[in-house]
Amino acid sequence: MAVVETHNLTKRFGQQTAVDRLTLAVETGEVFGLLGPNGAGKSTVIKMLTTLIPATTGAARVAGFDVSRDRTTVQRLIGYVPQALSVDGTLTGYENLLVVAKLYNVPRAKRLSRVRSALSYVGLADVADRLVRTYSGGMIRRLEIAQALLHHPRVLFMDEPTVGLDPVARKAMWELVQQLRADYGTTIFLTTHFMDEADTLCDRVAIMHLGQVVVTGTPQELKTSVKEQDASLDDVFIHYTGDYLAAAGDYRDTSATRRTAQRLG
Amino acid sequence: MIPRQQDVQRNDSDKWLNDRPTLAGNVAEFIYKTFVVTELEVRKLGHDPTQLFTRAVQPALWLLVFGQVFTRIRAIPTGNLSYIDFMTPGILAQSILFMAIFNGLSIIWERDLGILHKLLVSPTPRVALVLGKAIAAGIRSLSQAILIYGLGYLLGVGIDWGLLSLLGVIAAVLLGASLFSTLSLIVACLVKTHERFMGIGQLLTMPLFFASNAIYPIEIMPPWLQVLSYINPLTYLVDVLRSLMLLGETSTYSLTLDFGILLAVTAVLSIICGRLYPNLVR
Repeated sequence: MAVVETHNLTKRFGQQTAVDRLTLAVETGEVFGLLGPNGAGKSTVIKMLTTLIPATTGAARVAGFDVSRDRTTVQRLIGYVPQALSVDGTLTGYENLLVVAKLYNVPRAKRLSRVRSALSYVGLADVADRLVRTYSGGMIRRLEIAQALLHHPRVLFMDEPTVGLDPVARKAMWELVQQLRADYGTTIFLTTHFMDEADTLCDRVAIMHLGQVVVTGTPQELKTSVKEQDASLDDVFIHYTGDYLAAAGDYRDTSATRRTAQRLG
Repeated sequence: MIPRQQDVQRNDSDKWLNDRPTLAGNVAEFIYKTFVVTELEVRKLGHDPTQLFTRAVQPALWLLVFGQVFTRIRAIPTGNLSYIDFMTPGILAQSILFMAIFNGLSIIWERDLGILHKLLVSPTPRVALVLGKAIAAGIRSLSQAILIYGLGYLLGVGIDWGLLSLLGVIAAVLLGASLFSTLSLIVACLVKTHERFMGIGQLLTMPLFFASNAIYPIEIMPPWLQVLSYINPLTYLVDVLRSLMLLGETSTYSLTLDFGILLAVTAVLSIICGRLYPNLVR
């Protein structure tokens, strides 16, 4: 059964079309990757699916509910790890999760145990009472995932989960995603522009270019679709999106990405 | 940690999916979420309360320097009140205004970080996000009220220490701070960047302050300024504070009208702001 479905989903900002008639379906329990160069429209798709911005035209259903008509219901059923920093540096890890648990109506009786077990699941139980300001980039990302899982979402959306992380933290992140999936079968919808990430984590990927999905399939299918011998996902990517640089994001995207990287570093 | 999928109640939302909340349930939910947002802000303040002390300098200077001098030269007709008595509630209103009007900066900062995205994706009514922050601004302003009461006492201001008056002042401080905090958030939603916000913030505070009865009575103003003062919500905040804070003072416009105006303006601004809030993440 499809847990995320879009039909001709379109977002225009003034003259510019960021997402152009996107139609896709993500099955329950899948790790689905939306790939594309910066500025391809990946973040805009995630923002529409997580109810942050309304679509210009078209429709999307998440966990069986329409994202514009049943906004609050969708909000209760999804978890979201934004590209930027979503935890408060001036609070402790524990406090961050406690407030979020309240915002998601986790019942009072379960709240403390839920927060504690989420913290230990991502390996942060020992630093729970330290200010988040003192955490490393990898620890912050893990805290953000714990925060997004507190209410047991049916779908977890992750926007560029490893941007700005060093290789060790990146690897730890991948392991966490795989663990989540093995333990709870959570459906995960992530965006990335790292090919190796998509290759390791995703059951299926869709490559976006200039607001449109140009190809969808398992990493293996995509590799065989390119005529070259032993094609990597990188080759697939270049094959379908052409020149990397031509489509790179604008100044604001670049500056936002760099800032995130700096803060997490 | 997380129960297996086959467990009966896998998601807390199941409860919400099965029984649709009633109107009373919605109101309770709205109030609860508002206070959770306030709690978030108050916890932040708890970890770094230094801002309360630095913010205390400005009202202290106004009272000790400006107030002392103007009391001595008797330049401003304040009826049977001494000038320092007249201006003390005005300075409280001023520090509420100055503290709340820059609240919008924090929301732009949170947008840049991504914290705002997290809050907007959570099942929290947008107006509750706005009001929760507004009430937190009110709590910060209460620290100013304590300071000004202390200074006023030392300067011999005729303060009304009655319980009812004090409670009324607390209500007025919370309400006034909520009003200007929400106004500030609206500006933040419209201008979206720190630089532009700073410009507009500066542009707003001084006219709001001077076109009010905070440090001189409206009667001595030129007519055009009087008109501005009557449509300035700060005037009604000052009027409440002056009548409740001082012994023997009665309000010029009646407390019902004052509180009514402050409440109505805050409600309207909150609804507008709740509508504009998502603009920040577009």
